[in-house]
Amino acid sequence: MAVATTDALASNANAKLAEFAANKKARQRREKAIEAVLFLAASVSVLTTLGIVYILVRESITFFANVPLSDFLFDDQWTPLFDDAHYGIMVLLSGTITSSFVALCIAIPMGTVIAIYLSEFAGHKTRETLKPMLELLSGVPTIIYGFFALLVVTPLLQKVIPGLPGFNILSAGIVMGIMIIPYVASLSEDAMRAVPMSLREGSYAMGGTRFQTAKNVVFPAAFSGIASAYILGISRAVGETMILAVAAGMQPTLSFNPMEPAATITSFIVQVAMGDLPHGSIGYQTIFAAGAALMLLTLVFNMLGFYLRKKYREAY
Amino acid sequence: MDSAKTAALRGIIAKARRYDMFVSALGLLFLSFGIFVLAALFIDMAITGFGRINADFFTNFPSRRPAEAGILSSWVGSLLVMFVTASVAVPLGIAGAIYLEEYARKNTFTAIIEINITNLAGVPSIIYGLLALGLFVYTFKLGQSILTAGLTLGLLILPIVITATREALRAIPQHIREAAYACGASQWQVVSDHLLKYSTPGILTGVIIGMSRAIGETAPIITIGALTFIAFLPPAPGQLNIETGQPAGLFDWLFSPFTVMPIQIFNWTSRPDPRFHENAAAASFVLVFMTLSMNALAIWLRYRLRKNIKW
Amino acid sequence: MPSIITLPQNPPPMKAEAKNLSFFYGDFKALKGVNMPVYENKVTALIGPSGCGKSTLLRCFNRMHDLYPGHRYDGAINLMPDGVDILHKDVDPIEVRMRISMVFQKPNPFPKSIFENVAYGLKVRGEKNRSVLDDKVEAALKGAALWNEAKDRLNELAVNLSGGQQQRLCIARALATEPEIILFDEPTSALDPIATGSIEELIGEIKHKVSVLIVTHNMQQAARVSDYTAYMYLGEMMEYGETNDIFMKPKRKETEDYITGRFG
Repeated sequence: MAVATTDALASNANAKLAEFAANKKARQRREKAIEAVLFLAASVSVLTTLGIVYILVRESITFFANVPLSDFLFDDQWTPLFDDAHYGIMVLLSGTITSSFVALCIAIPMGTVIAIYLSEFAGHKTRETLKPMLELLSGVPTIIYGFFALLVVTPLLQKVIPGLPGFNILSAGIVMGIMIIPYVASLSEDAMRAVPMSLREGSYAMGGTRFQTAKNVVFPAAFSGIASAYILGISRAVGETMILAVAAGMQPTLSFNPMEPAATITSFIVQVAMGDLPHGSIGYQTIFAAGAALMLLTLVFNMLGFYLRKKYREAY
Repeated sequence: MDSAKTAALRGIIAKARRYDMFVSALGLLFLSFGIFVLAALFIDMAITGFGRINADFFTNFPSRRPAEAGILSSWVGSLLVMFVTASVAVPLGIAGAIYLEEYARKNTFTAIIEINITNLAGVPSIIYGLLALGLFVYTFKLGQSILTAGLTLGLLILPIVITATREALRAIPQHIREAAYACGASQWQVVSDHLLKYSTPGILTGVIIGMSRAIGETAPIITIGALTFIAFLPPAPGQLNIETGQPAGLFDWLFSPFTVMPIQIFNWTSRPDPRFHENAAAASFVLVFMTLSMNALAIWLRYRLRKNIKW
Repeated sequence: MPSIITLPQNPPPMKAEAKNLSFFYGDFKALKGVNMPVYENKVTALIGPSGCGKSTLLRCFNRMHDLYPGHRYDGAINLMPDGVDILHKDVDPIEVRMRISMVFQKPNPFPKSIFENVAYGLKVRGEKNRSVLDDKVEAALKGAALWNEAKDRLNELAVNLSGGQQQRLCIARALATEPEIILFDEPTSALDPIATGSIEELIGEIKHKVSVLIVTHNMQQAARVSDYTAYMYLGEMMEYGETNDIFMKPKRKETEDYITGRFG
């Protein structure tokens, strides 16, 4: 009797096991399929980067077949659409550097002080009310900042600086700086708030005031995070387009004077794209070459910021 | 401690305290300055443009006569482009985030994906425009259309949606997942029945912030070649074409030329006639109102989230 | 049963005294009418199970609670010889912290060099003279038994030191300003036994210059290191007396239960 039951049991168990195995296979197939779909979605970012690299490289290669690299780097004029065409990227770079410099002179000091205030001085209620308002500043579309720079800030500046042209870098740079303040302030404040209280208590216990503690303990401890916030600000300034396209004029001149109009890499691309560009013409390729230069610049800053953020995360 | 030393010490403390107050005041001043600029911007738009805002403004096409110009084609265009953008960014973003957060193993390929996402978040929007121009418009022959614009902006805001979704998923504690598994759920069931539902507010916040960014983007759309003087609407499915007499297909609107709000504003700002500047101000007011409302909504959602979730 | 405070027969001069001290975190009464003397150049230990309020009491002495909203002091801590109540709202907490230093549970050196760490308190007090700073830093490091190990590395980052060395650095930092009282908040609980031993030895030497109030969850440490001991429970001062008496002949059953390990 016992033997028979065990046999029946065994074959029953085997059948059940086969059933379980079949179910498992079906479920696993479903799950694997779902995972594959999700993986493809995640890979879109890689595809995007590859797409960007591909298109920039492809058009730049054609461009550099016609224009020697040394000309591109060292020529002091940028007149790609003229008969006597010059392709010196330094000209556009000078506009980018000048405008970014003006913007960062505003964004970095003001952003840092605001961050210190929010992190070390402001009470909880103040911080929770004012910080979101500041973040709204970064939500305004840049075309509207451009409008503001051209039609409000420039006339104001012209009252203070007689002879300021209607299109100038100063106005655009200032508005750019104001737009970047929330990025710098928010990220720096996050970095400072991550500093553990025990470090601050060490300073307070020695009789330090809030500012002494902020300057001597919090700021140095949070420095990698703060630096990566600065880098983000620089990246933002270098890549900004519309404020400059509207308010800075589109004159490519090799100059570092903010009181003049100038073209940046970004505003040049927009200017050309607005006109009629036969696909495949040298003018068409120019914007990709300029874009490649911009991409390289941004890449350098992004990598720097990424490296700094990693360092800051390791500290705690 | 003798009195001379104490007095000296008190002097030093007082000086340090004054520094404190100065820094505090400076911080508050700068903060107020930023908020003041925001208010000034908004008020300036309102004052300059308010006269122009009436029902006609929303239902008129742009025109060479400033008093008759309106934003019909641009706000419809913006709406349609946003629809395509969301259709691209939301599913891809959520799916990608789920993969990275719940499925991906720690290997080089995952690291590559993550580095890419971080990098793309910092790429200037005009580069996306170049990508679209070279690849979508010409190589893939999608033309200078709503589809191209939507795809481009979708890719642009993809990192925002992915990051927000990942953070929302990360906030769900491990024991919730364990409880679901313990009930016999498969991995996908845990994700779809539980995790997605609990992280909806966070995901929504990210999507809103992304969309508010997309709606204001100008540079990539210009680069694609959106024209600035569009005095017609994309063909609605079934709409009869005047010239050919044929009804429009279901997807014809995707391939139609178009314009969006920021471009209309750009066009009007660039004209010397100050009456067009009024139009620009009015349109800007509408656009700023929309983006600020969306941002405020997202911020409020984030605040509610932090208050309500108690694991 | 009210607290049993056994004052010594010929008490040494008093450096500070908590008088009927209560403390509130919001509505929660964390300290309930504590009375306790702190004698000059002696080590007083606060012991008791977790949550008994010993750290809370310690942090009243240097007004640390002022950093966090929702705090309320009730009663007084009188600092001698002036007899001023340092908890009074007219007294500047910064001034209190300049006279009463603290060493924390987890070593918390600043992200600066060894020299800058020790000199910080002096700089905050306005000392700018380089040679004065050099002398005082050296004296403090010697007082913390760290000078030999640190003298060639003064400009290196403090975080590169070992745990025990970092804690001695924090003690040097506290000593550099020549405080009247040093508060120790479980200073060795994050350290290994050898480092613990050297810190305990240090405390024994420091007390000749400074008065010491130390919180410890390690009873044996209290027995080794202190002259007077206070046993606390649930915010109340249960018993206070000379260390030998507390550990050999405790007067309250609660004290005895805790000391013998029957409780806590």
